[in-house]
Amino acid sequence: MIFLDNLINGLSLGSIYAIIALGYTMVYGIAKMLNFAHGDVIMVGAYIAFCGLQYWGIPPVFAFLLAMVVCTLLGITIEGLAYRPLRQATSLAVLITAIGMSYLLQNIALMIWGANPKSFPTTFINGASLHLGKINISSATLITILVSIVIMVLLTLFTSKTKLGKAMRCVSEDRGAAELMGINVNRTISLTFAIGSALAAIAGILLCSSYPILQPTTGSMPGIKAFTAAVFGGIGSIPGAMLGGVLLGIIEIFGKAYISTELGDAIVFAVLIIVLLFKPAGLLGKPMREKV
Amino acid sequence: MTKAKRKRLIYNLITFGLVIAAFLILQNMIATKSISRSLKGQLVPICSWIVMAVSLNLVIGFSGELSLGHAGFMSIGAYTGAIVSGWLLAAFDMQDTTLRLVLAIVAGGILAGIFGVLIGIPVLRLRGDYLAIVTLAFGEIIRNLVNVLYVGTADGKLQFSFLNKNLPENVTMLVDGAKGAVKIKPISTFTVGFVLIIITLIVVLNLVNSRAGRAIQATRDNRIAAESMGVSVTRYKMMAFVTAAVLAGMAGALYGLNSSTVVPTQFTFNQSINVLVFVVLGGLGNVLGSIISATFLTVLPEVLREFADYRMLVYAVVLILVMIFTNNPTTRAIANRLFAPIKNLFHGKHKESVGGGDAK
Amino acid sequence: MTEVKRHRSDTKMVPVPSHSIVPERDVNEIPVLETRHLGIEFGGLKAVDDFNLTIGKTEIAGLIGPNGAGKTTVFNLLTKVYEPTSGAVLIDGKDLHGMSIVQASRLGIARTFQNIRLFDKMTVEENVRIGLHNQIKYDMFSGILRLPRYWKQEKRQHERAMELLDIFGMQDLADEVSGSLPYGAQRRLEIVRALATEPKLLLLDEPAAGMNPHETEELMENIAKIRDQFQIAILLIEHDMSLVMGVCEGICVLNFGKIIAKGTADEIQANPDVIEAYLGKRREGGK
Repeated sequence: MIFLDNLINGLSLGSIYAIIALGYTMVYGIAKMLNFAHGDVIMVGAYIAFCGLQYWGIPPVFAFLLAMVVCTLLGITIEGLAYRPLRQATSLAVLITAIGMSYLLQNIALMIWGANPKSFPTTFINGASLHLGKINISSATLITILVSIVIMVLLTLFTSKTKLGKAMRCVSEDRGAAELMGINVNRTISLTFAIGSALAAIAGILLCSSYPILQPTTGSMPGIKAFTAAVFGGIGSIPGAMLGGVLLGIIEIFGKAYISTELGDAIVFAVLIIVLLFKPAGLLGKPMREKV
Repeated sequence: MTKAKRKRLIYNLITFGLVIAAFLILQNMIATKSISRSLKGQLVPICSWIVMAVSLNLVIGFSGELSLGHAGFMSIGAYTGAIVSGWLLAAFDMQDTTLRLVLAIVAGGILAGIFGVLIGIPVLRLRGDYLAIVTLAFGEIIRNLVNVLYVGTADGKLQFSFLNKNLPENVTMLVDGAKGAVKIKPISTFTVGFVLIIITLIVVLNLVNSRAGRAIQATRDNRIAAESMGVSVTRYKMMAFVTAAVLAGMAGALYGLNSSTVVPTQFTFNQSINVLVFVVLGGLGNVLGSIISATFLTVLPEVLREFADYRMLVYAVVLILVMIFTNNPTTRAIANRLFAPIKNLFHGKHKESVGGGDAK
Repeated sequence: MTEVKRHRSDTKMVPVPSHSIVPERDVNEIPVLETRHLGIEFGGLKAVDDFNLTIGKTEIAGLIGPNGAGKTTVFNLLTKVYEPTSGAVLIDGKDLHGMSIVQASRLGIARTFQNIRLFDKMTVEENVRIGLHNQIKYDMFSGILRLPRYWKQEKRQHERAMELLDIFGMQDLADEVSGSLPYGAQRRLEIVRALATEPKLLLLDEPAAGMNPHETEELMENIAKIRDQFQIAILLIEHDMSLVMGVCEGICVLNFGKIIAKGTADEIQANPDVIEAYLGKRREGGK
């Protein structure tokens, strides 16, 4: 039964990675940039929800909505102020700017909330737990998995059915051509950041519900791992990010359970390397052929 | 002598000249005790970071591959240095600290180089962002592995253990898992650091201005064209990667032997990013720029210590603004117009002579 | 068509066993290039199919055809950028099967690119020196330690690069950054760089693209001059028919990945299939 417990824990962690990875992969697909600040948006989302629950005493649902709104606005602002001026610049310049943005968010958080870890209130979620025979699934785990399934379905519908979603796919396929077809590229990129950041807020809340320690660097490591998950699944591919995230979570939990607790991260990264050696564009990524 | 050669010679002379002059001035300040304690304590780390930045510039600026795991090689060097130094003392009672330091640095370089080869073989098959993420992954793996490494000396022999502390009773610990390398005798000196910088400069500047270095740059500018000219891309990317790894290992040993402990958290992904920032702000392919930015950005947070709460904030804002102003077409055009008169003073007006018969 | 200035001496072309023709002077030599049923498929689409071509040791040959006919794909097959899905390529009698781009280059095949691929952050001379990479060598340590071998070989490389740049009178541009050169000069530099590798077969992909008639005329003279001076074979893709008809001895016409005609300039110009491929099919009975 430990096996099933681990599998469910892995699924839960993997779902969180998948939601974060979606933000990375959508932004990468459209703006062709690695948004390193994405992990820190998660942290901001978690802090806002934390404040809402702990200090302002607003109902959980509104606290979460508030966190999503703040993160959405934050994402749009970051893109408009820091990344938009660099649309023509080299990817390395954008990467460094994103790293600067990551430092900035961490340090602003440090100033506002201090370095001491906050304990994220989880009472709202620990109502009941589900018993299936001998397996015990906590409601946090259950909610995490359900929420991520809903997000994946909605996002898939959005990109395949709606006009805005199709515009997003166009821009990621060929920005120049999309522009010629009358798609407002800047607005589409803003929209992508908005969606990605709202997802980051959700991921932040879910992450802290399962691992309730909140500090300014909370987003960094999950950010890096989710980024790894996005690459693992094939960066730019939405189903790839979901698959990559879930697999990475499962590998991490199993690695820690059956091989070594200390080497959990090393195992995750080793698997990534091995996969990339055999599938250089990730699990679901399209290999790119250089035109000669 | 051709114009290009003269330009290069002047650049190299300025680079070496500045480093030597800075060393002599600082040595003089140390002798006359007119240097602040905090700056004195920074001298060896600055040397390490300069070597790190210049070596990473070889990978990013000259071979054109983004490496996000350079701190991993540094940590290999730091740990190897601490182990070798501790072992030399325990096994051979080697009291000559300079000799011990030099041997430790060489060992750090060699081991980092071996890892460079092992990592380079899989990594350099990938391209672009995938290569970057795999170097990141290797950096994290290395950090994870040293976290569970236990090394000690017993009766002058090195004892290794992995994952758990399975060592004899009478062992003197050198590396103690998550506690890092412990009880190091700090033996690094500014002079050795300076010599290491000079060696790095000779290696990197001479390499890039040679047949192999040109091949490295050709693979950066156009991979397919380079291959079509008979240049083996993997071979030269590997050459740049491993050379950089060796230099980073040496820098790591110097850095590690400057303090009494080395912990794995000193060499995280963030540290790799820091070095990357040095390189990008100093200019890709600009060795002198790397030296200046590594020095400046290492000293800056110390200078800002008064504003301790704000310094990283200021650092982040400066970083973003610099990137936007140097890379945005509009701001660049404004800057070019402002600085054009100054530039013309230096460059004369030979630009117009390029055309030949193709002006149409 | 205005009068074409001819740079080919009226070569006599003779048939060889592989259903091709080569200049009579090359008939007893091993052909520099021979392809046998060469083909490649991209996802079921036959981009090049049953491509058979033989080029003599000192021949100037042309590969023409409408846009999208697969001409550049043929070059990519010959230089091993693509691995063929069928058939074989023989350079100087040696099969390229399983070789990399680098190995093919070492066998003596060099090329220029349709979309120019210079090392654009490097100087003109450095670009040529990359071409000399396997011709004038020294190892990494001689370079780092500046051993005598470094100085000697660097001097040789410099002198050789200057000699090669002189073919197009480009010595004065040696120190310019290649990316800042005008278009025509960049095309010429690509040819010089390819020549530096001492190829037996030089592939030129649209060398006259973007050149004015005067420049094209000059280029035509230079192509003939290069062949005479280096005694190598040249295969060129070109849309400018005055150049192709003016300088090529044997011409091969490609359409939809297949060879539709081979022959001399006069034969090709008179071939109804070629006219149809270029101008479209004349409607039966229509006016």
